[in-house]
Amino acid sequence: MKEILEIKCLSRRFGGLQAVNKCEFSVRAHSITGLVGPNGAGKSTLFNLVSGFVRPDSGEIRFAGERIDTLSAHSVARLGLRRTFQIPRELKQMTVLENLLLVPENQFGDRIVSVLSQGKRVREEEGKNLQIARGVLEMVGLSEKATHQAALLSGGQKKLLELARCLMAKPKLLLLDEPTAGVNPTLIRHLMSVLRRVNESGVTLLIIEHNMTVIMELCERVIVMDRGQVIAAGSPSAIQSNKQVLEAYLGGVSA
Amino acid sequence: MIDYAVSILIFACIYGLVALGLNIQWGLTGLINLGQVAFFAVGAYTFALLSKIGMPFPVGVLVATLTGGGFGAAVAMFTPRLREDYLAIVTLGFSEFVRLILLNEKWLAGGPDGIAGIQRPMTIAGFGSEVSFLIIVVVTLAIAFAFTRRIEGFPIGRTLRAIREDETVVSSVGKVTLAYKTRAFMLGAALAGLGGAFFASYLSYISPDMFGPNVSIYVLAAVLIGRQGSSVATLASTALVALLLEGTRILKDYVTFVDGVELAALRLMLLGIALIAIVAVRYGPRRAV
Amino acid sequence: MSGTAILTADALVAGYGEMQILHGVSLELAAGEIVTVIGPNGCGKSTLLKTLAGLLRPQGGRIELNGLDITNATTRDRLRAGLGYVPQVRNVFGTMSVEENLRMGLFAVPGSIKDRQNSVREILPTLAEYWTATAGKLSGGQQQVVALGRALMASPTVLLLDEPSAGLSPKATSEVFHHIREISNRQGVAVLLVEQNAHKALEISDRCYILAEGRNQIDGTARSILNNPVVGKIYLGAYGEVE
Repeated sequence: MKEILEIKCLSRRFGGLQAVNKCEFSVRAHSITGLVGPNGAGKSTLFNLVSGFVRPDSGEIRFAGERIDTLSAHSVARLGLRRTFQIPRELKQMTVLENLLLVPENQFGDRIVSVLSQGKRVREEEGKNLQIARGVLEMVGLSEKATHQAALLSGGQKKLLELARCLMAKPKLLLLDEPTAGVNPTLIRHLMSVLRRVNESGVTLLIIEHNMTVIMELCERVIVMDRGQVIAAGSPSAIQSNKQVLEAYLGGVSA
Repeated sequence: MIDYAVSILIFACIYGLVALGLNIQWGLTGLINLGQVAFFAVGAYTFALLSKIGMPFPVGVLVATLTGGGFGAAVAMFTPRLREDYLAIVTLGFSEFVRLILLNEKWLAGGPDGIAGIQRPMTIAGFGSEVSFLIIVVVTLAIAFAFTRRIEGFPIGRTLRAIREDETVVSSVGKVTLAYKTRAFMLGAALAGLGGAFFASYLSYISPDMFGPNVSIYVLAAVLIGRQGSSVATLASTALVALLLEGTRILKDYVTFVDGVELAALRLMLLGIALIAIVAVRYGPRRAV
Repeated sequence: MSGTAILTADALVAGYGEMQILHGVSLELAAGEIVTVIGPNGCGKSTLLKTLAGLLRPQGGRIELNGLDITNATTRDRLRAGLGYVPQVRNVFGTMSVEENLRMGLFAVPGSIKDRQNSVREILPTLAEYWTATAGKLSGGQQQVVALGRALMASPTVLLLDEPSAGLSPKATSEVFHHIREISNRQGVAVLLVEQNAHKALEISDRCYILAEGRNQIDGTARSILNNPVVGKIYLGAYGEVE
């Protein structure tokens, strides 16, 4: 199987805190991989490093074989590596559909000259994007809300909208930061089936998640971080019975 | 009386152009501009100076529009990231700067004496000079209106509205928001320049004291009453402000129990109260977001 | 235990809007005792403390302090009744000096500032080292001590601490926990601690509750609890089976 993301000896320090410390792991293409660990283990920093929001002090990040550790967040996103944020941010006063139509890049209608054109090209382009957007909404199960104001969505639906916005850009690898945080249990079920569907459509998923039930059910492989390092990786059941992992969650061996 | 109505309509159309411009900036994109009068003045003076050297009316109007837009671009470029707080200060300062330059640099634009003898467009056959002017300015306003309506309805308008709501989201999907904001600001300034050209042409005499901060405030009030973002509402509320400003002068003929000076003061007070009342109703509890 | 309980919570139900987080949590705290609540992320630990402190109105259940029903009391009334609360991280007034931060602790409670400050300095002697410093410029561990000191100004009988070790180095964590033990020993203050850092917190605790999915799972003495095999299940999955 091919590795879509490879991380080698990655380190990043913030002041006195070694947030990520010689971290090493890889993610297989088309997999759903979980990234877990106690608070402060460095998971979010790792996401920031991979998505280009933060520069590493040392180490290597490869996406589909290509070095991306020196690229800007923008360029990383363009290559097809997208991320969601823990707290979804939506354009509240715009409709769900408008939130999505904002995403496609290089729209002709997004330039001022288009206003002076006949408008045919804009209509065609808009029609195409609308079709993509409807497809994405279908996939995440928000079709019924397409013309609703985003402000009227529930917390869980806002998470779905954020996911949909990422999918509009047709990513190859999606980093999800706590997708089920703040989502009620019934919607968590729905969210999990959506994530499976997204994965089946060819998108690799790397998920930070604290809800272990979600991780265990969804992921084929789980990576455990503690104090900036990978301390274990393997199948969910192997992780569940790993003594070292439990110790990490309980604050490490008492010193 | 008819003449007076025509004159009010012409002023309403001119202010309509300026307000449409501000609506692109503030209403649509969320860029606060407290000095729209600066671009209005730039347009007016550009037109007046070109008129002095004998440029035909359409050329004058076009160049005035472009110059207004050019100054808009310059202001946008010198305002760091076009952030709201900086922009409020810069635009307010810039408008006073422009007025003081016009007032003190006599070689440039006549100083306090202003510029007189500015040309009017040709009269349309069969109509008087005033009505011709009204027709031309109405047609221009209609074109500008169609233009801004299109912006609102096109993907570009969606992006601008999105920037108004949450710039971070827009940049997170890979759009360079600063470029959009700069363009929106430039367009708004160009429309103010266009309005300025008609203003100079209609009055055929302009001086710096016509371009005080109150002009900016009137158009701000118009956009505010129109609830930011819709050109239809902006135009309707501009008409309302023009009516309140100019129309109340008619009261003079009917109100006899106060003298002229008192009435002038009363008129402005009435205007203020009307504005407060309208805003209170418009932005009442319903607007809780 | 119930005879000497100073703080009791009974079947607390609470949450934010449509999102219910606590589904009936009960606990007791006796005078002078240190009790730790641990549990995986999102289990409702912080929500529990906020509800006890009065920052979040419970939708059900009952809270008693010294036999007094405070379920719907305001934060100010709770403070006056002897319930102190130290929120998680960034819990000092950053632009004020340490001395001023302590003054703020008497804001809602009557008392002599000088007397109280002196007695707090006795309990937390390290405060003297940076008494006039700007609180925002102190290290994380020092800030945590300042926050503890400020809470002590109101002479509480119960202190609620939300993850005092969050963001601290292991050394600073040990120091802060040492201070917490001192506060309890010397003042007889009962402490309810919410922690991620289970091992270290349990070292200074008498008893422990484990929370998961907004419910009590198990409780016991601090010494024995981590040997319970259920702990692994709670942290690493399949809580469903735990009930």
